[in-house]
Amino acid sequence: MKIGVVTFPGSLDDVDARRAVTLAGAEPVRLWHGDDHLGGVDAVVLPGGFSYGDYLRCGAIARFAPVMGAVVEAANGGLPVLGICNGFQILCESHLLPGALIRNHSRRFVCRDQRLRIENAATAWTSDYSAGQEVVIVLKNGEGGYVADNATLDRLEGEGQVVARYLGANPNGSMRDIAGITNDRGNVVGLMPHPEHAVDDLCGAGTDGLAFFTSVLRQVPALH
Amino acid sequence: MPSSEFVKEHFVARVVVDVMLKPEILDPQGKAVHGALPRLGFDGVRDVRQGKRFELELDGDVTEDRLAQVRRVAETLLSNPVIEDYAVRVEQP
Repeated sequence: MKIGVVTFPGSLDDVDARRAVTLAGAEPVRLWHGDDHLGGVDAVVLPGGFSYGDYLRCGAIARFAPVMGAVVEAANGGLPVLGICNGFQILCESHLLPGALIRNHSRRFVCRDQRLRIENAATAWTSDYSAGQEVVIVLKNGEGGYVADNATLDRLEGEGQVVARYLGANPNGSMRDIAGITNDRGNVVGLMPHPEHAVDDLCGAGTDGLAFFTSVLRQVPALH
Repeated sequence: MPSSEFVKEHFVARVVVDVMLKPEILDPQGKAVHGALPRLGFDGVRDVRQGKRFELELDGDVTEDRLAQVRRVAETLLSNPVIEDYAVRVEQP
């Protein structure tokens, strides 16, 4: 089982994401932003960081990278895609997920261990959780406020497309405390917190993030 | 007249695209600027919204086709229609 991790110029968390893939028991594959193919991987992670320096808008330039053409096509075909932080921003800019992410309402960069509730444990990336499960995963962002119009928010909630919500004080102004969402098919997930930083007891807040990477292993046989 | 020919050939049209967050979207940067004004002794400013201005220099005349093209650029790249509005105008030289 191969999971591709895309590196854009300015990606920061691609190495941690590949390490999380390895710890989950899969083989990480390095994908480059200039590639126009996905090298036959079974799933793709768009990692956190500051692709293209966050110029214009976070994720706005990355959306037009050659590799994103392949990612969008594969995602529409059902390939599991996880966008973390900047990856979430790229998924929204690519219209694979609705809404957008704007600057934190506090105007401050937030970096902390964040309590979350997993709302949807039926996506390609969350099946190893249980619905309603509370987890602690690192959150670090400057532009993590999730926004969408009320009709979109109602639809996301009504269709169970909210994957995770912040517990406690809202860290970044996200509407309806949304920390992550999925598409209607459940194969594309965008998440502002960083599960790849919560996979090892040695550092960080624990290993609550690992299940994102183990969940997808169960999806892959269904694809073949 | 040769001189007007010269002007025409080298005329560079400037099209300005202003991009602003939609009114209902929170603008923390505008708020920060607004919050700084009283500290500088400026009062009477009710609100500040921060946006982006893009200046596109086009070769030759601005036609309706070119403007339509600029609008497509504005809505696909320069702005994110989910959170932002844009306005296109031709700047007179």
